[in-house]
Amino acid sequence: MDDKVGDETIMTTILPRKDVVIVGLGWTGSILAHELTEDGLDVVAIERGPWRDTATDFNIGYAQDELRYAIRKDLFLQPVTEAMTMRNNTSQTAMPMRDYGSFLPGNGVGGAGVHWNGHTWRFWDSDFRIVDNLTRKYGAARIADLQLQNWGVAGEELESAFDRFEYLAGISGKAGNIKGEIQTGGNPFEDPRSRDYPLPPMQMTYAPTLFAEVTKSLDLHPFPTPSANLSEDYINPLGIAMGQCTMCGFCERFGCANYSKSSAQTTVLPVLMRKKNFEVRTDSEVLHVDLDVSKKHARGVTYVNTSGEEFFQPADMVLLCAYGLHNVRLMMLSGIGQIYDPGTGEGTVGRNYCYQTNSGAQVFFDDKNFNPFIAAGALGQTCDDYNGDAFDHGPLDFVGGAGINCIPSNGRPIQTRPTPPGTPRWGSAWKQATVKAYKATLGFSSQGSSYPTRGNYLDLDPTYKDRFGRPLLRITFDFPDNDIRMSAWVTNKMEGIAKAFGGRQYNISPRRKGWDSVPYQSTHNTGGAIMGENPRTSAVNKYLQSWDVPNVFVVGASAFAHNAGKNPTGTVGALAYFAADAIRQQYLRNPGQPLVSA
Amino acid sequence: METHCLKRPTRRQFLSSVAFTILAGSAAPVLARSISGALPWEARSADPPVQVKPGGWLFFTPEEARTMEAVADRLIPADDLSIGGKDAGCVVYLDRQLVGSYGNSSRLYTKGPFMPGLPTQGYQAPDTPAQRYRAGIAALNGFTAGAKGGKRFAELAAEDQDAVLKDLEAGKITLPDKVDARSFFNLMLTNVMEGFFADPVYGGNRDMASWKMLGFPGARYDYRDHVSKHNQPYPLPPVSIAGSMEWTTR
Amino acid sequence: MKTLGLSLTLAAGALSAGLAVAPSALAQAPDQADRIIRGRYQAILGDCEACHTAPGAKPLSGGLPLETPFGQLIPPNITPDKASGIGSWTEADFRNALKNGIGHDGKRLYPAMPYPAYTRMSDEDISNLWAYLRTVDPVFNPVEANQLPFPFNIRMSMLGWNMLNFTPGEFRPDPSKSEAWNRGAYIVQGPGHCGTCHSPKTSLGADETSQALEGASLQGWFAPNITGNPYIGIGSWSEEEIVQYLKTGANARTIASGPMAEAIEASTSQMTDEDVKAIATYLKSTTGGPAEKPKPIPADDRRMQMGAAIYHDTCSACHGADGKGARQLFPALAGSAIVQQPSSETLMRLVLQGSQAVHTDGARTTPAMPSLGWKLSDQQVADVLTYIRNSWGNAAPSVGPSDIGAHR
Repeated sequence: MDDKVGDETIMTTILPRKDVVIVGLGWTGSILAHELTEDGLDVVAIERGPWRDTATDFNIGYAQDELRYAIRKDLFLQPVTEAMTMRNNTSQTAMPMRDYGSFLPGNGVGGAGVHWNGHTWRFWDSDFRIVDNLTRKYGAARIADLQLQNWGVAGEELESAFDRFEYLAGISGKAGNIKGEIQTGGNPFEDPRSRDYPLPPMQMTYAPTLFAEVTKSLDLHPFPTPSANLSEDYINPLGIAMGQCTMCGFCERFGCANYSKSSAQTTVLPVLMRKKNFEVRTDSEVLHVDLDVSKKHARGVTYVNTSGEEFFQPADMVLLCAYGLHNVRLMMLSGIGQIYDPGTGEGTVGRNYCYQTNSGAQVFFDDKNFNPFIAAGALGQTCDDYNGDAFDHGPLDFVGGAGINCIPSNGRPIQTRPTPPGTPRWGSAWKQATVKAYKATLGFSSQGSSYPTRGNYLDLDPTYKDRFGRPLLRITFDFPDNDIRMSAWVTNKMEGIAKAFGGRQYNISPRRKGWDSVPYQSTHNTGGAIMGENPRTSAVNKYLQSWDVPNVFVVGASAFAHNAGKNPTGTVGALAYFAADAIRQQYLRNPGQPLVSA
Repeated sequence: METHCLKRPTRRQFLSSVAFTILAGSAAPVLARSISGALPWEARSADPPVQVKPGGWLFFTPEEARTMEAVADRLIPADDLSIGGKDAGCVVYLDRQLVGSYGNSSRLYTKGPFMPGLPTQGYQAPDTPAQRYRAGIAALNGFTAGAKGGKRFAELAAEDQDAVLKDLEAGKITLPDKVDARSFFNLMLTNVMEGFFADPVYGGNRDMASWKMLGFPGARYDYRDHVSKHNQPYPLPPVSIAGSMEWTTR
Repeated sequence: MKTLGLSLTLAAGALSAGLAVAPSALAQAPDQADRIIRGRYQAILGDCEACHTAPGAKPLSGGLPLETPFGQLIPPNITPDKASGIGSWTEADFRNALKNGIGHDGKRLYPAMPYPAYTRMSDEDISNLWAYLRTVDPVFNPVEANQLPFPFNIRMSMLGWNMLNFTPGEFRPDPSKSEAWNRGAYIVQGPGHCGTCHSPKTSLGADETSQALEGASLQGWFAPNITGNPYIGIGSWSEEEIVQYLKTGANARTIASGPMAEAIEASTSQMTDEDVKAIATYLKSTTGGPAEKPKPIPADDRRMQMGAAIYHDTCSACHGADGKGARQLFPALAGSAIVQQPSSETLMRLVLQGSQAVHTDGARTTPAMPSLGWKLSDQQVADVLTYIRNSWGNAAPSVGPSDIGAHR
């Protein structure tokens, strides 16, 4: 094919074949590259962004720069490189998000794992088998307006994969359920795990300590949030050392300058980069996966580097390990599978796009000092009493739930200046209220599930193009009514907690209909290339292998059939290990064949 | 059909066993690299911000700067809590931002077509922040010249300036040349606050005035010695990326 | 050579950056194959590659220029290429070069080639090394070794140098010491040529034998005192800690970087456990350096106060408020020998330029010190170094701002 950029015809250089080409070197790309190179495969990763590492790119001398990293978003994907369009429903015309706001995709080696906060959860078996579970408990009619689907995998099957990711990353936490025995101080609602976390919980700051006291007094079950900010020095199973988190308060949106936040850089790359059978090409963007004439087999990928030179990298396997939304778009641009049509409900690629249904609460005190700048991305307490299927939905008018989190992650003053409702936004009165509230405000939030509906989906925008002339991804999304009811119910519980703190006043920010792409909410965009039991309703099988092109695996939160009230990275990491095991133990014995018969 | 061009020198570089190969011409701002065999590292690697020095305007005309200094001093007035927005350097900050990638939107998606979007779809106009300030300041002074007896904004009394700003914020004023009052006010408020609270290296927040006001310790990286001291004031003064007085007082 | 404790399988199985034994070599007669494998081990002990292989080049085909106080020398091609390597040499030529510093053509070698150390090697070890070098792939790569300015470019001047500085002669075991001690002394003084970096040099560039292993400046680093001195040497290290350091590059106290990281990756980490233990036994027995613990600069000194503030705000997030660091990640500064050397050359370099640590199978993290030269003034670098050199029980001379500029 002739690709045209401007008036110039781009010639494609054909490179020597590799066993495996990986698109994107973030968490999942690094894990899969490490696992597959262990089997002697020759692996190349192609990464759109730059090389990044701790001492050279997250230099402790300037890593604490709120303007550069949090406001100007220096480490993130820039819209000039790739934007997306959005609308709330099909009656609207999608417009490009000219700046990213509501969510912030990563860029460069390490991906979003560089600038995440580090909350590391396991989704529950009641998520993976959600239709079976909810139908049994509440009947099929309860979920008729949702497009919920089983994931094709059971919680028990993923336990060892979760365990491996947590030990790779040195997660700090307290088990709540070891092999069926409930553990004091942990999350009593979690599924059984084979052993405790590799590290004990982080030392708590004042706000989450108080939150734990108050929620306990309300008969809730607070526990330390499982954290990838390390509570102690650690050496992971690959022999890579990490340091103790120093609670600097520059975590989300920042790279960690002292090797204390888990990322590909701090847990995998020092070993992976030494391997002679691994190579990464940075600043090189994959344009599409090349299929053969049958459209059932991938030949490799075509990519372009920063000077506009185009290359074809042949490979026996293609692993899409980019951010979930990019995985979906690459499938669409490559003709892998059929693009989902919300009108007919047919097609699988773009299906079941979900997000996160959040709400917030603030309590203003007169006599407390929370030192909000002493913080880490995942240093806090969580209550799962109202999350997922931990409580009886029988008398309620919704399914799903939310974790309630008190995880004050920073006191960076451009963004974190809470003031009570009614405070002016400028002038002397603003200043007085800001100074009074800066240290004396406790915030907590709910992170709610997001369940799929027929009308929330991803496809290609008909109007707006990227710098190579390819259509942008189009997001059509609004919070489903079920999720709004769920969030309202949980937020009501939060109001009870806020009152119980006994502060001077409190403020509640409920979730309302009409997803707004401007204010930051969450970079937990899930679905679009979901895993499942049936090739008519899922894009990949339980091993994340494409139903349509079996030598393509699509790894990431794109595989989530819905989103739970939890951060996705723990489950993304587990799915990466699960897919790696399937490739190593099954696929390589019979390459090119489906691991699950359709 | 694919067009193959095998004579490219970059292909040979790809196949080279050298661990670290530059794949693109040096004219490109970012170079594609092939990395294998070792964790890359280079001595003196650092990409720190460059300290903004006050003095002169790179974007604003003196007249525009006067207007913005007056605005900054009303948004953040000098009082017993802190110096004002002008003295803090908020307009120096803004001036330098507007001649950089922020001012020209070079990192944003700026392809057309441009259509008015819904509020949930964010800013959809083609104008960059630099263009918006140029037009917005002119419109603001045009408005006050008409409505306040020929005076420019900076020439108004403080109470009058506050009244104008409140009306801008509330969208009660119609500015000339189709400048959206509320949108321009929000832009100014956002940027002036950025300058006030950002690291002083960017030209605002002089002497870490805002951080001292809040009790934010700045660019520190280790609070382990205070994490368990619940509800107790943090004892150390703020530090900037450029350091602190504690490092240099002699 | 039973102290070598080396078996065929062990040596053949050891991984090396470039020093492989060719399969054809192993196909030779068993005794010859044994010589070749033992010779390859000598090449590891001697770390021939460190100087004679340029990055990315074929093994032993000639190295990167060495900066000496007298000018530049380029390590020659020592592959068996007849035209540009040592292919036309005889074993006797080779022995003469190692033992007497005289090359094939009768020219005297410059002592950047550590023949003053190699002269201690046994004839058998040299013979084995020769057998191995004959099996290396020949590479045509002419190297003009001599880049020195007049008068040092006159090789005859080496004759006078040698008369003053060079004592040829094989290592003689000390029967009063253990076998391990003698083996360690042999490696340190002979093939391992530790003193080439770690011994102070006379004004003529020779090892100051009265101060052997007491530390020396080299190529912008300070190779520290590695005698058994309890204050600034390795006297406080246990033998196990020394072994762990030489085998992996990291122990509970420190992590290697710079030239020693290269020496560990290519040489000491690939030595046998017995040899590394023997080195530890010997080094701990050596003496040199201050007989008494120096007095630290008091904490109320103005420079110490400035340094403390800089340290707390910039360094403690990794090295800890207590200077204890973290294992395999952040070197401890408290009690560190390198921190308390008479020269702070290495410390200045680390702060100004940063440095990447060693990578071995036993220490895989490869952490790096960030460059802070852009951030700290000469005075601030001096003060923070003075602080770490005189805190937590450390004691060492202060560092002045005028010392810093040259290392930027």
